[in-house]
Amino acid sequence: MYEEENREIKAVVERLLRDANAKCVYLVDKDGQLISASGETKNIDATSLASLTAGNIAATGGLAKLIGEKEFSILFHEGERDNLHISVVGQRVILVVIFDKRSSLGLVRLRVKRASEELSKSIQKLLDRMAAGAENENLLKEITDDDIERLFH
Amino acid sequence: MSFINYSSREINCKIVYYGPGLCGKTTNLQVIYRKTRPEAKGKMITLATETERTLFFDFLPLALGDIKGFKTRFHLYTVPGQIFYDASRKLILKGVDGIVFVADSQVERMDANLESFENMKINLDEQGYSLSQIPYVIQYNKRDLPNIVPVAELKKVINGDGAPDFEAVAANGFGVFETLKAIVKLVLIELKKGS
Repeated sequence: MYEEENREIKAVVERLLRDANAKCVYLVDKDGQLISASGETKNIDATSLASLTAGNIAATGGLAKLIGEKEFSILFHEGERDNLHISVVGQRVILVVIFDKRSSLGLVRLRVKRASEELSKSIQKLLDRMAAGAENENLLKEITDDDIERLFH
Repeated sequence: MSFINYSSREINCKIVYYGPGLCGKTTNLQVIYRKTRPEAKGKMITLATETERTLFFDFLPLALGDIKGFKTRFHLYTVPGQIFYDASRKLILKGVDGIVFVADSQVERMDANLESFENMKINLDEQGYSLSQIPYVIQYNKRDLPNIVPVAELKKVINGDGAPDFEAVAANGFGVFETLKAIVKLVLIELKKGS
């Protein structure tokens, strides 16, 4: 993740938060790493949310394959107060929208669709850049055995 | 797959504890959770059955400190050990950076160890990985029990490739952090090599 793409992604996520009248919006990597969080996120453990969402998508992805589907790209969980709308973006990342009665499933779906198209582009750009990998190289090569050893003292 | 966030200056890695049912994978995580200072750990999540058998996974996020100004975060997962949860095990291996194979030292669990080790290789293959390319360590757990296989024999049977290995009694914490340190080091060294 780099500064430029991070800004782009953050801008799309924040607009989605406003347009969909949502409580909070998270972007999570399919491996369970949190990429971005916006909105009323204070009382939610984002790391746990990211890993459980990825587990959830992985499990439903497994179910999809069992019945001959490629994946279930949208999941919706309805609660008494808050609801979760989870969708896969660009086959690589997961968009999680938490909303309550101030919004509706229809509105969230509509806004998520538009945001997904924009996010897909930013993510593709990010993946291309990661594939080029120029910046990774510098950072990782500088790590010494002493650096690793020091983590444990 | 490790995830480097240049924007928030973080390196994230995923470590999976693999092994046969009841070998002590969850116990390893519980000990790490108990003995780590509060600011270095997140919430431990356990998705278990009513009889406390792992149903999907356990999850524990750890922050170990900085390297070159980057925070290092390790996400520890366990797989469900029982044979019939194989579909779940495959899912949890996705994006793995390092593996701890926990073996049960008891004589009667040798077949289960072997079966689980073979199952791990098959599941890694299916995900497009190979054990020879992924950093892994082996832990011989339950060394305090009376009916155990000698370490030399365990090495011969499940550690033919000579991976770093450790004796442990996870229930009282012995060997748990040595194992964790070893896999963290291997993962970081691999990350460095990979670049």
